[in-house]
Amino acid sequence: MTARPDGRKPHELRKITAKVGVVPNADGSALFTFGDTVAIAAVYGPRQLHPQHMQNPEKGILRCNYDLLSFSVYDRKRPGPSRRSQEISKVTEWALEPAVDLSAFPNQVVDVQIYILQADAGTRTAGINAASMALAHAGIPMRDLVCSVALGKIDKTLIADLDKTEEDFKEGEGATDFAIAKLANQDEFSLLQMDGKIQPNLVNEIIKLGTEVSKEILEAQKNALKKIVNQEETK
Amino acid sequence: MSSMDVSNITRENLKKMFLEKKRFDGRDLLDFRDFEVEYGVSNKAEGSARVRLGKTEVIVGVKLQTGAPYPDSLDKGNLMVSGDLLPLASPRFESGPPGFNSIELPRMVDRAIRESGMIQFDKLVIKEKELVWTIMIDVYPINDDGNLIDAASIGAIAALRDTIMPEIDKDGKIDYKKKSGKKLPLVDEISPISFSFFKVGDSIILDPTREEEEASETRITFGVSNWNGQLMCNSCQKKGEAILTSKDIENIMKVLPEKFEDISKKLKRYIK
Repeated sequence: MTARPDGRKPHELRKITAKVGVVPNADGSALFTFGDTVAIAAVYGPRQLHPQHMQNPEKGILRCNYDLLSFSVYDRKRPGPSRRSQEISKVTEWALEPAVDLSAFPNQVVDVQIYILQADAGTRTAGINAASMALAHAGIPMRDLVCSVALGKIDKTLIADLDKTEEDFKEGEGATDFAIAKLANQDEFSLLQMDGKIQPNLVNEIIKLGTEVSKEILEAQKNALKKIVNQEETK
Repeated sequence: MSSMDVSNITRENLKKMFLEKKRFDGRDLLDFRDFEVEYGVSNKAEGSARVRLGKTEVIVGVKLQTGAPYPDSLDKGNLMVSGDLLPLASPRFESGPPGFNSIELPRMVDRAIRESGMIQFDKLVIKEKELVWTIMIDVYPINDDGNLIDAASIGAIAALRDTIMPEIDKDGKIDYKKKSGKKLPLVDEISPISFSFFKVGDSIILDPTREEEEASETRITFGVSNWNGQLMCNSCQKKGEAILTSKDIENIMKVLPEKFEDISKKLKRYIK
């Protein structure tokens, strides 16, 4: 078994922080961290969608935007969308879409803005967790919360929540980075994205591990949401 | 071919047929269409290939350039995969800024190749820390009849194996007219293959035609290769707003080894 650089157990997540209500202007907002990875998300809407030709008269649409802030990484990220961030925006949209029900909002849009303040691997998963809480905070009708986490493998050891040093692991079979998102209380996977080297039978193990550790993420999300509800009630 | 979306009637019919394990063209749900690979698309490219997978046709060219290495990989050459969904190839493709599909296609090809270890990047260094080769793969569909990613991946592997490096003078300048006769530093045993599984209703199919692809709710693509005698998944991406269950993934993992062997064997006939 390969030891983890920061001394964590194989299935141990980094320290999670979850906080709801971080952007007062937004209809819903949240912050989510996995260790040194910090993501914030804000939800605006449902609101009228422009341009008009994008409107769907049957239901509202979900529109996600993900990006790194320029100073969130060692080599400054040039501001503006990259091919990477456009792809992640889209897979984030697909990860969240099965959880929301926008049938009551024809021609409207729900905008989800996700930004990474500090990046140490797992940014898309932290972003999805933040966005899922922000959608709930905005009162968007939802079937379930969405929990997301990067699983993977360093050499032959399956691990949960890779940090950057683990993503760059080179020995033996190297590093595999397998990001998943699932509906918290269903056997339904809405994000599956992977790079690395992993045997097909271990892919099934990854799915099981993801299901297991998602429970911890859900707890953090639920606690943060309960906290904001209590706060707003006592106001 | 009209540019209209597939009709609801067709979609329902397809779903029904897939449940009976039938397809319009008589294939089994997980059968690939026959494919062929040709070389010599452009004699100005360092390597090139044309893939026909049923009526889907993709051409791939490899150009080599020299340049400074990336600061985070000073001892390695580079790979860049790009491409465009040319309006020539389908009434569905439009000119203008790249949409999501034209961003995703080259990225999926890139990841399957890069992660498989097929390219020995450390052997692409010309002068340590100063000058390295960059392999530029460009992917262009000529006719889209579904499953572009898998077709483009086959084309990219063929074009890489076809590539002859140009001569380079002592200042590091390339003379594209002079071929060095040398091939790229590729590992012979590693040839990644991409498999895109499409879920239509409760059925999962491989290598859809455009119509079948349009009727599907979600797609999951796996880049697969042989590494040190073991079958490895190297890349994966799910597309679309529908979900997959753990059973779906189990089923896919079950058939991957057999499919990989099958397509690898067919591909070997064409690889130089």
